[in-house]
Amino acid sequence: MISEKLLNGALIAGLLLVVLHAHLTDAPFTITLATKVAILAVAGVGLNIALGLGGLVSLGHAAFFGIGGYAMGILASHAQSYVPLMQSPVLIEGTKSMPVIWLVALLASALAALLIGALSLRTSGVYFIMITLAFAQMFYYFAISWPAYGGEDGLSIYVRNGFPGLNTLDPIQYFLVCFGVLVLALLVSFRLRTSPFGLALNAARQSTARVQAIGQNPFRLRLTAFVISGAITGLAGALFADLNRFVSPTMFSWQTSGEIMVFVILGGVGRVMGPLAGAALFILLEHLLGGVSDYWHIYLGALLLGVVLFARGGLVGVLTEGRSGDD
Amino acid sequence: MTDVILRTEGMSKSFGAVMASEDVSLDLRAGEIHAIIGPNGAGKSTLIGQICGAIEPDRGRVVLNGADVTELPVHARAQLGLARTFQISTLAMEDSVLEHVLLGVLSTDQPRLGLWRGAKSYRSAEDRARTVLERVGLSAVASRRVAKLSHAQRRQLDVAIALTLRPKALVMDEPMAGLGTDGSRMMTELLGRLRQEAPILLVEHDMDAVFALADRISVLVYGKIIASGSVDQIRSNADVREAYLGDLL
Repeated sequence: MISEKLLNGALIAGLLLVVLHAHLTDAPFTITLATKVAILAVAGVGLNIALGLGGLVSLGHAAFFGIGGYAMGILASHAQSYVPLMQSPVLIEGTKSMPVIWLVALLASALAALLIGALSLRTSGVYFIMITLAFAQMFYYFAISWPAYGGEDGLSIYVRNGFPGLNTLDPIQYFLVCFGVLVLALLVSFRLRTSPFGLALNAARQSTARVQAIGQNPFRLRLTAFVISGAITGLAGALFADLNRFVSPTMFSWQTSGEIMVFVILGGVGRVMGPLAGAALFILLEHLLGGVSDYWHIYLGALLLGVVLFARGGLVGVLTEGRSGDD
Repeated sequence: MTDVILRTEGMSKSFGAVMASEDVSLDLRAGEIHAIIGPNGAGKSTLIGQICGAIEPDRGRVVLNGADVTELPVHARAQLGLARTFQISTLAMEDSVLEHVLLGVLSTDQPRLGLWRGAKSYRSAEDRARTVLERVGLSAVASRRVAKLSHAQRRQLDVAIALTLRPKALVMDEPMAGLGTDGSRMMTELLGRLRQEAPILLVEHDMDAVFALADRISVLVYGKIIASGSVDQIRSNADVREAYLGDLL
């Protein structure tokens, strides 16, 4: 068994080493896979704040992932067609600037999380799961029926959006952009977890009465966590759409919500690096087993079953068992 | 009346045909321990729930330091200094003793909790948390997870958390429950020391502890207060002996 700190460092270093090796051996596809891991890990980091820290089993995080994706798609498509997004009362044009798109994705998904959270957090348990799922499905069907932005066929962006000083079409450079966002998201997650807010949120997950008794409003704690969680997942959606240069209603689908949850569970619910470990394992399995059979999800299902039954701490928990508890 | 810290006025609550509280009026004065006793099912926990905001009364009001808090939720009452302990543990089993107390201190000092700076970097808060732990005798197990504490230690921790609120009034729901003789003696001593810091409304079945601690006792039977007075008055009250104390004296 190794310490969680060491494992965390190894995971980050491992991802960088894979990319470095791929860069030196001219294997851009591997870099793209690693970029996908980094982006999906960001989505998982977002969900892990709600699920791992707050105990909020959201089956609707695809809504935020999709909002982030469509924020990119809509802004970039207007920039590419030179048609303004809005002409009155103020002129709003599209943009190909990643930082601007990220800001819009963060704000739009945070706003959606605020509205969805304000309603769904009045419930708990299975009702919360169902309401979050229902919201994501509403977005899914809305996107399908929105012909201006591709409807069911989705929306293609011809050239990846730009980041000042970088050539984002170069796989290694786009990876570094996504890796930077991942590190920032992990930092936010870590700081949040160790902050007074995180302490209270974690306590609320275990005992609502406990945090009420010390003067904290559990609803407010959970809503704040849900908004931060949704915003980070939305940012991941924008990055994912840029990676593929394509956005479609699939980003809103319940399967996407499920996959983000799978990353978190595989890696370790509530573990800071759990989403990265989970996303890496997921993409690795998809890549290795996907070549063997189209039905590779059968193996994934068996693995998930094993984790749920025998390794509640996920991959990170298995590798660090007995090293994180004190006294 | 000036030294009344907490009072209920005409509080009533029914669940269907069952009257859990019927026109309950009582007060808690500075520096005293006011014990509420009564048989199982008398409505003691329902009364505490209404006082602390977990249960909405049908009628009546709760007044804390002269302010009507009847419409306030649990957390808002706690922010005003109405601290409570629980009959059944509500502690977060995965968290450490220090984390529980530190969170209470941080929440009291700054109700809008910070999102970035590490909780353990608030030195003055940690110092106060450790002081509180020392007062209740839990310093030695500060880093221990709650799941690994004994029952008596969990009771002590519950009291410690309540103290972090700088309480104006303490409402304690059977703090002796499940404690052995030594545990009860230890808790009795602790509560005796705390009365000067905050008056205590004490719901308790352990009559030795009640008689040792209480300045006043109110007897609740079927949701109604049937008697209220000093220990000697309650001991000698014929109605109380018949309804509750008969076999316990």
